[in-house]
Amino acid sequence: MADKVKVGILLAGGCAGCEMALVDLSERLVDALDALEIVFWAPTAADVKYKDLEAMPDDFIDVGFVDGMVRNSENKHTVEVLRKKSKVLIGYGACAGLGGIAAMGDLHTQEELFNTAYKDSWSTDNPDGVMPTPEYTLEGKYDLTIPSFTDRVYTVDELVDVDYFVGGCPPHHEHVMKAIELLLSGQLPAKGSWLTGGKAVCDVCKRNPAETGETRRPVGKVYRMIDGQPDPDKCLLQQGYICFGPITQGDCGSACLSANVPCRGCGGPLPGVKDYGARCLQTIASALADDASTEELMAKYPQLAKFVYRYSYTTGKIDRKTPAA
Amino acid sequence: MPWTPNIVGFACQWCTYAGADLAGNLRCKYPPTIKLIKVPCSGTVEPEFILEALRRGADGVLVGGCHFGDCHYKEGNYKTSRRMMLLKKLIEDEGFDSRRFRLEWISGAEGMKFAEVVTEFTDQLTELGPNPVKEAVKA
Repeated sequence: MADKVKVGILLAGGCAGCEMALVDLSERLVDALDALEIVFWAPTAADVKYKDLEAMPDDFIDVGFVDGMVRNSENKHTVEVLRKKSKVLIGYGACAGLGGIAAMGDLHTQEELFNTAYKDSWSTDNPDGVMPTPEYTLEGKYDLTIPSFTDRVYTVDELVDVDYFVGGCPPHHEHVMKAIELLLSGQLPAKGSWLTGGKAVCDVCKRNPAETGETRRPVGKVYRMIDGQPDPDKCLLQQGYICFGPITQGDCGSACLSANVPCRGCGGPLPGVKDYGARCLQTIASALADDASTEELMAKYPQLAKFVYRYSYTTGKIDRKTPAA
Repeated sequence: MPWTPNIVGFACQWCTYAGADLAGNLRCKYPPTIKLIKVPCSGTVEPEFILEALRRGADGVLVGGCHFGDCHYKEGNYKTSRRMMLLKKLIEDEGFDSRRFRLEWISGAEGMKFAEVVTEFTDQLTELGPNPVKEAVKA
């Protein structure tokens, strides 16, 4: 048998949801294992340590997957090591390519984040106000270190070369199978592309007014999900439930829409969209009827930046609030 | 040489650009801080363009369009209005001073107004100082 394709999977600053999505492939992943050999999957699934990765020769891994953003010095180091050891590196999931949920933290200062995490939340019991310190000497003789926080969230491609991206939070099975099939077939697009079908969520959504033969109307009233129950068959945007389907890649098969939940853009931007949040504004503003409904939108979503950049703040244009550490 | 602000201006070709032209014909005086980009309609100015300009270090961005009801494409400027309202809020949310961004309706007959707006905007930006993003991008 020919050599198996060596695969390495690294969880950087993510939540392990992407890894769960891989495991969710279940039988299909087991079948793929005939052709794949997993040489590294840490810190989640395989019993391989970072030092084993560091000991591998350069370009030893055929395809490296990184999921999660870079949030601390450990993420930064392991991502750089994996890049050296991999022939092809894939940014896997919304965090790796766009910054993901954690990137919304960049709308706050580091002090605000730490205070919320270690002092102010109601479930925190920290009377001495102990904060994480990257370096600590225990009992005067043991030098202990933990990874230090980076000045802001980085996407993987800001630090190292990334060959391809896969969207989704987490990537839907179809995203994953599409990527694996493309990899095995060798028919890969240009470097730096997203491995996707290239269609918008609206394109695959059954509620699309173009599918149902309805005429599109301007949206006069804006609703949030807590305001009521949307009609399960009609376009959510038309009903006033703000949906990011028009500019998001639809490899998910409009999964959220099928559950009567509006798209929030985890699939990644359509090709040609550089600043996801700004394009969101443009699309939504065009759908709204007048200035009054725009005012209403702003009143209902007081944190507009967090709303439109839920998964993509790092790729936004002016994300420099946090002063460099 | 003292620092002067660098303004990127997007001007709709039917109104604000003609207004700027008229300002020239009328020999209106205004500071040479603005670099005008002629666009078919203020509705073609994508929020991405404005963020890109600010990100690359423009100290201010001016978007100029026709007065309501005067749009050559009937409702382009209404869309501009909605987009720019949202964009202003977004810029504020991001911790950026939204006074660096300005939307004005200036018709082809308002050469004086164009000169006044640029003068006023320049004064305001001079007070605000250089764009802080510029320093962060350099680093």
